Amino acid sequence: MANEEVNQGRRRFLAGTTAVLGGVGVIATAIPFIKSWEPSARAKSAAAPVTVDIGPIESGQMVRYAWRGLPVFVVNRTTEQLADLPAQDPRLKDPKSENTDQQPKYCQNEHRSIKPEWLVVIGICTHLGCVPDYKGEVKPEPWDPEWKGGFYCPCHKSRYDMSARVYDGVPAPANLVVPPYHFVDGTHVQIGVDPTGAA
Amino acid sequence: MSEQVTIRPRNRLLAWIEERLPILSFTASHTTGYYAPKNFNVMYYFGSLALLVLVNQIVTGIFLTMNYNPSAAGAFASVEYIMRDVEWGWLIRYMHEVGASMFFIVVYLHMFRGLMYGSYKKPRELVWLLGMLIFLVLMAEAFMGYVLPWGNMSFWGAKVIISLFSAVPVIGNDLVTWIMGDFFPADATLNRFFALHVVALPLVLLLLVVLHLAALHEVGSNNPDGVEIKQKKGPDGHPLDGIPFHPYYTVKDLFGVGIFLLLCAFIIFFEPTVGGWFLEHDNYIPANNLVTPTEIKPVWYFTPFYAILRVIPSKGFGVLALLASIVALFLVPWLDRGKVKSIRYRGTGYKVALTIFAIVFVLLGSIGAGKTTEWIPEIFGPNADLTFIENTFGRILTILYFGFFLFLWAYTYFGWEKTKPVPDRVTVAEH
Repeated sequence: MANEEVNQGRRRFLAGTTAVLGGVGVIATAIPFIKSWEPSARAKSAAAPVTVDIGPIESGQMVRYAWRGLPVFVVNRTTEQLADLPAQDPRLKDPKSENTDQQPKYCQNEHRSIKPEWLVVIGICTHLGCVPDYKGEVKPEPWDPEWKGGFYCPCHKSRYDMSARVYDGVPAPANLVVPPYHFVDGTHVQIGVDPTGAA
Repeated sequence: MSEQVTIRPRNRLLAWIEERLPILSFTASHTTGYYAPKNFNVMYYFGSLALLVLVNQIVTGIFLTMNYNPSAAGAFASVEYIMRDVEWGWLIRYMHEVGASMFFIVVYLHMFRGLMYGSYKKPRELVWLLGMLIFLVLMAEAFMGYVLPWGNMSFWGAKVIISLFSAVPVIGNDLVTWIMGDFFPADATLNRFFALHVVALPLVLLLLVVLHLAALHEVGSNNPDGVEIKQKKGPDGHPLDGIPFHPYYTVKDLFGVGIFLLLCAFIIFFEPTVGGWFLEHDNYIPANNLVTPTEIKPVWYFTPFYAILRVIPSKGFGVLALLASIVALFLVPWLDRGKVKSIRYRGTGYKVALTIFAIVFVLLGSIGAGKTTEWIPEIFGPNADLTFIENTFGRILTILYFGFFLFLWAYTYFGWEKTKPVPDRVTVAEH
């Protein structure tokens, strides 16, 4: 028995197939553990749409709402703020909102909104996820003497204009995200659902 | 290097055990049988101190879990409960919190010692690599630990650090959701961080520490002269310049422990937050997902790396540079081609470069901690372009940081270094 010649090829084959089969088993077993880190059914259902009353928001004012635990900024832009928008184009990274991940198709316009005066964006800086401050007043600011109103992130000093389009030369790579939303009536917006007909 | 010592106990019970599990022989081989160079200086305290802090973190951590509640609704209140209502809870928590910062102080000094005396060089490359892995796991451990109190800085720190993963191409955003288990740092995030902080990462840390020590005891400790003591052995087979770790260095380390604990006790009892450096003011406010603290900044030990991220005006490159700043440290044993280990006998270029590197590290830390935001208006006046000055300064420092590694390679690869002759034996001061 002990003196029998060892068949090395067969031994290697058996070791190899055992390792491969065992490896497949380990990978298959790992899947449930990895998947268990995905948002749970409860977390997903908490991400339901919300309807908000924008009636009381005055011109030039911003109000934040929570949707999916994210702050959603709703701004009632003044005509002055709107008039300054086109002039900002040369200073922006993506003035024409060509990065389609950042807004639904129906908001890919100069105002990045359905109605020009109403801006609805997720208030999460595209750099590292801080909440930018709303600096709507048109006045010289420490970070920009020609400030035409917009959003300023206190964490790493990223800046966005009044359409939440990101300025050039700041760490944030993209414009703020416009969530899917639609007007239920003149003064109510539902966040999380596209307008009927748009997709 | 440790020598194989065989113990044959006269006590029959001990002998019975020793024959089956040679635990006394093993212990002796790694204490009285471990010959360390006789010329260790003050820089050689930090390894044993790191081990001491690790034990402190594990013991205090276990007691904290007994009263801590890992849920988004209850975490903040349970920490208040530990601080106010649990008998001696405040002391246990402050020991854990101060311990975390002391861990990094000790580890940074331990790493600096390695750079000073070339402790990463052949044959100790693996000791250095395992040490760097410990540092990496320690950073993850510290980050997750900081999230647990669920203060506002915990929340936003978690958000910013997890968002770093969104820089990964294609899967970035899904990866972020996967790590958080929700669409923002929530209950699920806190729970998994708790599990990782108290079970998974400490296990990995302990395993790595065992490997770090095993590798060290195989090749033996380096010393301030960078001389290999096992090349000169006496007739008894022991290195001429070596002394048994026990009792010589256990006694020396005990002295270090005394001084260190005195310092720790002073901090714990008189200034446990160290003015917002060890524990930030914003973390005394409960987590709020709709309001960002005015300035999100990490605890001091992450600030140099954070500054590198901050001053680079591109998310992708910022994250890459942050990663590279740590990977570069891993590569030091292969970047440095010089044969002379200790700074005592290395060229002036190395001495200057290492000094600059240490200063740059601290200055980067001051940017990451938001100190330059306070200093710049004081130096340049209130109308100065803060962002521009800070970014320029930070980018110069970032270039210098990486420049150190590039210089180290070029300096030794092209043979520009003029070293001094290394002595045959270790040197000791006259008494």
